[in-house]
Amino acid sequence: MIGTITSVGAGLAVIGAGLGIGLIGAKAMEAIARQPQAVSDIRANMILMAALIEGVALIALVLSFFV
Amino acid sequence: MHKSIKLVLFFLVFGVFSLYAQDHNESEKLQQKNEKRAEHFEKVHEQKAEEEYELKNTIFHHIGNHNVYSVMGANIPLPAILYSPGQGWDIFMTSKFEIGHHGTGHKGYNRYVLSEGTIYQIADKDFPMGEFHVDGIERKMEKVDGKTKEVQYAIIDGKEYKLNPRSTWDGGYLGGGITSFYDFSITKNVVFMLLSFILLFWLFTKIAKDYKKRADSAPKGVQSFFEPIILFVRDEVARPFIGEKYNKYLPYLLSIFFFILTLNLLGQIPFLGSANTTGNMSITMGLALIAFFIVNISGKKTYWQHVFWMPGVPWWVKATILTPIEFLGLFIKPFTLMLRLFANISAGHMVVLVFISLIFIFGNAGASVSGSITGMALAIPLSMFMMALELLVAFIQAFVFTMLVASYIGAAIEEHH
Repeated sequence: MIGTITSVGAGLAVIGAGLGIGLIGAKAMEAIARQPQAVSDIRANMILMAALIEGVALIALVLSFFV
Repeated sequence: MHKSIKLVLFFLVFGVFSLYAQDHNESEKLQQKNEKRAEHFEKVHEQKAEEEYELKNTIFHHIGNHNVYSVMGANIPLPAILYSPGQGWDIFMTSKFEIGHHGTGHKGYNRYVLSEGTIYQIADKDFPMGEFHVDGIERKMEKVDGKTKEVQYAIIDGKEYKLNPRSTWDGGYLGGGITSFYDFSITKNVVFMLLSFILLFWLFTKIAKDYKKRADSAPKGVQSFFEPIILFVRDEVARPFIGEKYNKYLPYLLSIFFFILTLNLLGQIPFLGSANTTGNMSITMGLALIAFFIVNISGKKTYWQHVFWMPGVPWWVKATILTPIEFLGLFIKPFTLMLRLFANISAGHMVVLVFISLIFIFGNAGASVSGSITGMALAIPLSMFMMALELLVAFIQAFVFTMLVASYIGAAIEEHH
């Protein structure tokens, strides 16, 4: 029973992270389309933000594995 | 450059073949010596093969760390350096275990047994020291403290001896669990770390020499391949995130970038033992700890003030929420660094292994040929696609790790403005 609940939790964490990273990607694409000359700055910040969101999702995943 | 590539190729081919030959000789000798025992061993193994294909076990075996380096069917022994309280130090090569099928040893030594490439200790403290024969390893599911766990038994002269299980408070991720003894062995992952160290040392001393020799002319050879990458780390990572004092931290940032990148790429070369080095939590933990100490030791007054007593915020907010969260954040930052690298690289290896396992799942572990062919038709394009994606991930993860460390250092050394 606990195993199933933690699996659902892991899935929810992945959905959240997917939404977050998707939004970052969409906004970054928009920004690049508006200002193509700022592409390198935008890309670096996009990866940084995606990495930070990924960190939160990973904590949730690992917690769900440990419990 | 051509010369160096040829040299590397020559050593690779030569090394693999010489080790192959060595292994062949050894296995022949072994077969003659105790055919009877080998027969029994195979019997135990056959019983296992008849069972269903164990996907989870296979995958965790392949992403784990081992005391044997298995490459292209050859089992290369590695040095084992073990210490257990009351027994003292044991230093020997793992060839002493007479490594057989799947890296399981036909022999044991001083209460140590080799099971699937990993050293285990017999739980019975009164077991006699010295060499002994192992007929096989049995796995049983048992209830330990309310949880069903796999317990291994070594079959020695027809009797079953329980092996000390690895404690799994880490979920088995820290290189396959914590052993009941102290293991300082040169394992597969350590071999790959040493390999990357030698490779990087050789490459970068060469590049540094080139810069000294031709200070005013354009880069040549390997130098011109690495110059854009080094400049990328300096101009896109170090300078924007750290600021004016980036020069002090650039050597460290370049080191972790190239170390992680090399290990990521070495782990993805097919038929090279696929060492999951950066996908091992103890290694990423080491990298994260170094980052933690560098960030916090170089932290200035403003940084600590922002952690413990953020200016411009009401005192009750600071006392109840902000300071505890900021303090925890000090440890969460390196913790996520550790997890991110480990999870990304491990997940990549696992997905490739799952795709390759399709062959065995559809083929019913070798029972159905048409199923195997269907599996292969699916597995080859899928795993190739995944490996191409992993090539990208190898670069991105090295970049992300370096960039996050740079941003943490930048936040730590920022002066009051």
